[in-house]
Amino acid sequence: MSELSRSERARYARHLVLPEVGPEGQQRLRAGRVLVVGAGGLGSPAALYLAAAGVGRIGIADGDQVELSNLQRQILHTDADVGRSKTASARAALQARNPLVEVEELGRLDAATVADAVERFDVVVDGSDNFTARYLLNDACVRAGRPYVFGAVHRFQGQVAVFGLAGGPCYRCLHPEPPPPGLVASCAEAGVLGVLPGVIGSLQAAEALKLLLGLGEPLSGRMLIFDALAAGFDEIALARDPRCPACGDAPRPEARVVPLEACAPPPPLSVHELRRRLAGDSPPALVDVRTPGEHALGHLPGSRSIPLDELEARLEELRAGGALVVYCQSGVRSARAAALLRSAGLASVSDLAGGYLAWQAAGPAATP
Amino acid sequence: MQVRVRFFASLRDAAGRAEQVLELPAGATPQTAWEALCAERPELGPRRASLAAAVNRRYGRFDAPLADGDELAFLPPVSGG
Repeated sequence: MSELSRSERARYARHLVLPEVGPEGQQRLRAGRVLVVGAGGLGSPAALYLAAAGVGRIGIADGDQVELSNLQRQILHTDADVGRSKTASARAALQARNPLVEVEELGRLDAATVADAVERFDVVVDGSDNFTARYLLNDACVRAGRPYVFGAVHRFQGQVAVFGLAGGPCYRCLHPEPPPPGLVASCAEAGVLGVLPGVIGSLQAAEALKLLLGLGEPLSGRMLIFDALAAGFDEIALARDPRCPACGDAPRPEARVVPLEACAPPPPLSVHELRRRLAGDSPPALVDVRTPGEHALGHLPGSRSIPLDELEARLEELRAGGALVVYCQSGVRSARAAALLRSAGLASVSDLAGGYLAWQAAGPAATP
Repeated sequence: MQVRVRFFASLRDAAGRAEQVLELPAGATPQTAWEALCAERPELGPRRASLAAAVNRRYGRFDAPLADGDELAFLPPVSGG
């Protein structure tokens, strides 16, 4: 590792005087790579403190745009950022805070992209806002052997824990199964005191820095629960569950249900968007849910035929693959197919708006 | 025996309180305590599948016996960010 420059010594002076950090620790931070998932209420303070602390590479994964209702708590973004992609806004804010830090923008992580993203970083900080992302991240971190710094907030309460350390529990040891859809008010309904994710996200940043520095006692094997109204912390001791479907003695991938998006499912894809994805690096698999007779009369190139009424019986054929796009003649049956697949736990499923008719109407340019 | 039950996060909203004291028969477990709560408030029932229980601030199984004076916490998963 190269010596710290004069400007680094000045910038990180208050770290350098800590005997526990010092120049060596600061060099470790500079060599560190942290993935922050979600540039929202938790991800904002976490990423800001990690950048300020001099973590060399920060990945920011988010697929959303900044909305006015975010600004009450998402302190990475300002009024001028409304409408901008959250990762672009976050990158600008982090580089303004510390130009020495590299910021990588990633889109929304899904079952097809999460493993690669997690492997390229040393520590994962979860500031996402839905169970789909949380279970995907937990499972990917267990597989890749990466510490998973969990944080979550609800109204006036928040929780923090570090999962996936050797001998320690993972998130599924605590909650093996996701909650049934419809029982969780995780989007906008429940509300949250603006400063609460500030407290929890800052604790997540502290844990990530400790892990990179190898300092102190990581928050593994216990969950810290903060109650802003009571102004108090509870600590619950957790233990690894040998029967855990993710990190147990006999992991059971088939039992690792990834829940539905807590928020509304993504809207159907346009022909234009599907064409763009098919031309990309990881094109989705195409499934024609019309009858075999309709399929024989013409279909999208490379698509396989699984009629809607057979879909439930043939789920296993689709489970192993990555992103899926289902289509039918006009978009009605494929919407039902997409809902069925999502409720079966497939994480990345889209349907084609307007179906085969829209594809044909878009003309020959639409055929890759 | 008496057990102090604490509710966290969305379960606190659903239960309409932060805690309550339950009078339970000897041999009660977190599972039977939960069933006693659901007898009062059947709408809580579907939350069981993803729920975690902690006895005296230690995460534990739903079938482990409780003792008089225990603090039992029910923790639903939280996803907000």
